[in-house]
Amino acid sequence: MRTFLTLACALLPASTFAAEPPIDFARDVRPILSSQCFQCHGPDEKVRKAKLRLDIREDAIKAGVFVPGKPDESELIKRIHTTEPELRMPPAKSKKPPLTETQVNTLRRWIADGAKYSEHWAFTPLKRPEVPKPQAQSTNPIDAFILARLEKEGVTPLKETDRVTLIRRLSFDLTGLPPKPEDVRAFVNDKDPKAYEKLVEKLLASPHYGERMAVWWLDLVRYADSAGYHSDNPINVSPYRDYVIQSFNTNKPFDQFTTEQLAGDLLPNATLQQKIASAYNRLLQTTEEGGAQAKEYIAKYSADRVRNYGQVWLGGTIMCAECHNHKFDPYTHADFYSVAAFFADIQEPSIGNRGPGTPVPATPEQQAELKRVGDAVPAAQAKLEAAATKYIAGAKAFEDYEKWPNPTPAKKGPATVVVPADVKAILAKDPDKRTPAEVAKLVPFARDNAPSLKPDRDAVVAANKAKTDYELVLPRVLMTQSGPPRVVRILPRGNWLDDSGPIMKPNTPAFLPPLPPLAGGAGRYNRLDLAKWTTSAENPLVARAVANRLWKLFFGYGIARSLEETGVQGEQPTHPELLDWLATEYQTKWDTKQLIRLLVLSSTYRQASVETPAVRERDPMNKLFARQTRARLDAEFIRDTALSVSGLLNPQIGGASVKPYQPLGYWAALNFPVREWQKDTGDKVYRRGMYTHWQRTFPHPAMVAFDAPSREECTCDRPKSNIPQQALVLLNDPEFVEAAKAFASKTLKDGGAMDGARVMWAFERAVNRTAKPAELEVLMEVLNKHRKQFADKPEDAKKLLGVGDLAIPKDVKPEELAAWVSVCRVILNLHETITRQ
Amino acid sequence: MTTLEALKLHQRRTFLTNSCRGVGALALSSLLTPRAANGESPRGVILKPHVAPKAKRVIFMVMAGGASHLELFDNKPELKKRNGEVMPESITKGQPIAQLQNNKLICFAPQWGFKKHGKSGQEMNELFKFLPEVADDLCIVRSCKTEAINHDPAHTFMNTGSSVSGRPSMGSWLTYGIGAESADLPGFVVLTSNGRGGQNQPIASRQWSAAFLPGKHQGVQLRGKGDPVLYLTNPPGVGSDQQKDVIDAVAKLNQMQNAAVDDPEIATRIGQYELAFKMQTSVPNLMDMKDEPAKVMESYGTKGSDGSFAANCLLARRMAQKGVRFIQLYHRDWDHHGGIKDGIKLKIEEIDQPLAALVKDLKRLGMFEDTLIVLTGEFGRTPMSQGGSGRDHHMKGFSVLLAGGGIKGGVSYGATDEFGYNAEEKVFPIHDLHATMLHLLGIDHERLTYKFQGRDYRLTDVHGHVVKDILA
Repeated sequence: MRTFLTLACALLPASTFAAEPPIDFARDVRPILSSQCFQCHGPDEKVRKAKLRLDIREDAIKAGVFVPGKPDESELIKRIHTTEPELRMPPAKSKKPPLTETQVNTLRRWIADGAKYSEHWAFTPLKRPEVPKPQAQSTNPIDAFILARLEKEGVTPLKETDRVTLIRRLSFDLTGLPPKPEDVRAFVNDKDPKAYEKLVEKLLASPHYGERMAVWWLDLVRYADSAGYHSDNPINVSPYRDYVIQSFNTNKPFDQFTTEQLAGDLLPNATLQQKIASAYNRLLQTTEEGGAQAKEYIAKYSADRVRNYGQVWLGGTIMCAECHNHKFDPYTHADFYSVAAFFADIQEPSIGNRGPGTPVPATPEQQAELKRVGDAVPAAQAKLEAAATKYIAGAKAFEDYEKWPNPTPAKKGPATVVVPADVKAILAKDPDKRTPAEVAKLVPFARDNAPSLKPDRDAVVAANKAKTDYELVLPRVLMTQSGPPRVVRILPRGNWLDDSGPIMKPNTPAFLPPLPPLAGGAGRYNRLDLAKWTTSAENPLVARAVANRLWKLFFGYGIARSLEETGVQGEQPTHPELLDWLATEYQTKWDTKQLIRLLVLSSTYRQASVETPAVRERDPMNKLFARQTRARLDAEFIRDTALSVSGLLNPQIGGASVKPYQPLGYWAALNFPVREWQKDTGDKVYRRGMYTHWQRTFPHPAMVAFDAPSREECTCDRPKSNIPQQALVLLNDPEFVEAAKAFASKTLKDGGAMDGARVMWAFERAVNRTAKPAELEVLMEVLNKHRKQFADKPEDAKKLLGVGDLAIPKDVKPEELAAWVSVCRVILNLHETITRQ
Repeated sequence: MTTLEALKLHQRRTFLTNSCRGVGALALSSLLTPRAANGESPRGVILKPHVAPKAKRVIFMVMAGGASHLELFDNKPELKKRNGEVMPESITKGQPIAQLQNNKLICFAPQWGFKKHGKSGQEMNELFKFLPEVADDLCIVRSCKTEAINHDPAHTFMNTGSSVSGRPSMGSWLTYGIGAESADLPGFVVLTSNGRGGQNQPIASRQWSAAFLPGKHQGVQLRGKGDPVLYLTNPPGVGSDQQKDVIDAVAKLNQMQNAAVDDPEIATRIGQYELAFKMQTSVPNLMDMKDEPAKVMESYGTKGSDGSFAANCLLARRMAQKGVRFIQLYHRDWDHHGGIKDGIKLKIEEIDQPLAALVKDLKRLGMFEDTLIVLTGEFGRTPMSQGGSGRDHHMKGFSVLLAGGGIKGGVSYGATDEFGYNAEEKVFPIHDLHATMLHLLGIDHERLTYKFQGRDYRLTDVHGHVVKDILA
């Protein structure tokens, strides 16, 4: 049911926009002051010039910077306008461009209105705004907010897009995969008024939903399969990745998800999954480099954790306070180290290999087996011990003991047992005269050496080996081990060599709502306290930051565009009330699926994405959300799409990371040890892109070409580049050539009997719509031309079909199949194939 | 094609009026520095140089592993005299230290003699046979210092001005700022070569990452083995004509789609496919040196693209001719914790001739004046001995060699203390190197910024001074 008023192409000229809206400090003024003035006249007292700060109204007025109501008497305006270089602000040496006329006018109008300040939007307590009542009817509150603004601006939103685009968009957005043609047809023909709602539910329930959401989350927490620095050796963390997928699939509330990652190990009676979640704290970059100084890297790791926590949850730049107070936001130098202190209990080597981690059974069967092999070891040991005790009581137990064979003969060792002197002395005594302590000493000697006990000894060895062997086949993960906290000091200028700073205890940034008092008024806060504070109702940042990023996943841009900065220097939300409404909605239950359901059911989401030049001219960055946003798919989903369309995709969820095709020698610059990528075989080669082994210093090059990050640091917003390497990957990477080969085979098998029908079939599979006659013609031309060429040179056809592990069907002529590979390569390279409309 | 061109122009105009923020500027981002299909070379964000540029391009040579200044350019007679004595605590106390942690710190004499060359009397290791011929063209800075003592973060610092991962490298900054002159090669190219001594420290691809800058500014690695650029070669059995057919069909279908949806990204993508196709020819042509006169090949001491430093120097010159903006050569195997005497001899043999040949060759072609050459390690090495035959990592003082593009020849700048430990006179931090390089390319380092995380990021962070004393 569409609820928007839809006037096709009701594109009004810019002049009909509402005339000059009132000045809003946060939206209009603070960005000017922040970027032009705060660097020298802001929160950081160390660099403050002329003891003047403009971020606090009283201070600025006292200093005469503004005379409320009188712009011409305000020093600020005079200083901006003066022609005297020594007086002009911002000074030339700041290299800041002079203020524009619009900016000056804004400041004048604001001073004339009384120079009123307001708090920065993201730092104010979160309150639920009222849902506006636009003239156009809307049942979804999101639409109400969007429409209210559009009505004010005199802009009409686009109509709901066609159903093909809609199911394709929704499938990519919720699962990272294109829909199957049969699903498209079913949806297009579904007469049920709830057809779309049904589709949303179906996709939200798909196990691939968790994978799609995990790709988003893993960028934030910088998940990778290698340590990062220098030798960049592998680390075992893939069970954490699977925990993330499962958490999204089971719709784990976000507050619980947060707590388990930050402090799962500290939860009372922590489950295995909660301990696995705590691997979050082990995802940072670490080093094994020889000559690295422990103290330096302890400081690096500490800062890395604060940076990531501050970005992922607080959505901002507390990292800027590592060396000094934040230049623009209220984060202090002390805040940085107070937050760092929360993580000081995490036990890890400062320098060196992270170790294999803890074996973690992935299934109940594995769990039972792990317990069985684990219990078998003490059982075998007890049996041996009992046998030995019984043995020494025997009358002839030590007869000829000196002739016993050595149970562990070394190469040059003696053939008979080595008897310790004290044992020899005891055995020399009359058995009746041995003290109980002496008798007890004979037990281990007999246990370890008596020939008749060999079967029991062998059983212990076998049990131990069975346990070790079994643990080797289990997945492993670097969990968080808590221990005595390291001392954390404020590092002056961030200098790890400087011990002069005060010792900091764990605490949250001082300008934000405080932690509840410690039980009993003493002790030390821990990560569990941090986690609970993070998602507490009073925290103004977290729900806003996360809701904003979730919005971005479905609309292409954040409501506040800077996903990595909720602070003063970030961009103002285009729809602040909407963002706060979403944040409060989310915060009530932290129900991620419910929030997403709300987003994708909105008419705003379902709009067309078609832009005309006029629309683009009016709102190029789509700040009004009067249309949907088109975007190239993320790196992983481009691979997934090719695999899915061609029928190669192995849909397995989770498990160890895999190694599909990668050019030989790509790892040549790695060392300690020198390595070559060992490609996997079988259907591991066809897993989704998110399972590809993530080597931080050399991430898979086909993924890098499409902007996959290195995951060394938090990535909130991948850039979307459009570069020639992308063409080279789609044209020449064996993974895409092989996909074309599989796609061609499938087309010949399932696409009908005639060329035209087959081309149409293949085209529809990739882009979900029917090819137009002109499009069909282009593809037919390639088919016919290459069919003839490959027929003339069948050896070329064989070479092309030799790409990839996949065997070609025996009932098809290679030259015929090769021509179809060309057609399928064209289709897999289309802009439309890799774009979400 | 004209319709497409017109469309592109219109779409671009629309976009440029509104490009307020680079990062996350989804969908339209690639038009920021358009690289059109018609051979037009990509522009940067700086349309008018901040200062008059002296250099058009940079050849940046990293002696990876940490080349010893004490065995290359920084002669320390006092250190020689004190060989075997304990280093004064006044110098070493409380200083960062790498593998010599908990070791006695003993002075270790320079392992080779030094000679002075040219009118300027440039001083260098006596083993150099070819470099002396161009001594008066070189500027040697002997007072450089860095902020990281381990290879990985030190490379990161050298390239990005920060040892925290995730900042753009200098080549990316440069192409972001002023684009490139080549229409069919990337603007930022990286080559690596190994040495014969087996001390090849790893080098992460982070070193040429564009980080938060648009992906097109990422460095492209040219490889000696396999595809020279990843995925450059057609699939087996696919001829050049057939590849062209595929690309043409993709372009035609993309254009039809553009007519329906009017998406500026489509025009860009069509251009990128054409560029990719051109690279399939231009890169092999670049790598294939058969058009080089034998005399030139001999002067560098190379027989062709074999992944050696000599070959890479010649490739660098070929790329310089074709308008590549930033050419970065990593020559590995300088990590002389032991056996430095023989090790340095090997290294000098590897770099001496090609380095001198490059200077002379650029002069011959009239390109020396506008090609900036920089040669440096990611750090230097300790005046203290490691194990009696080597030196440890050292960040407080080392040498950088500069030449060409606006650099004054025959200049010695700055000095370390008498031990070669601390840069003492006219200290030259890496940020100053970056500021000076950008200046030579016409860029004010404080004005080449990119907003990310609410901050205007720069290559020089909040530091950097242009060192005018070394400018011609």
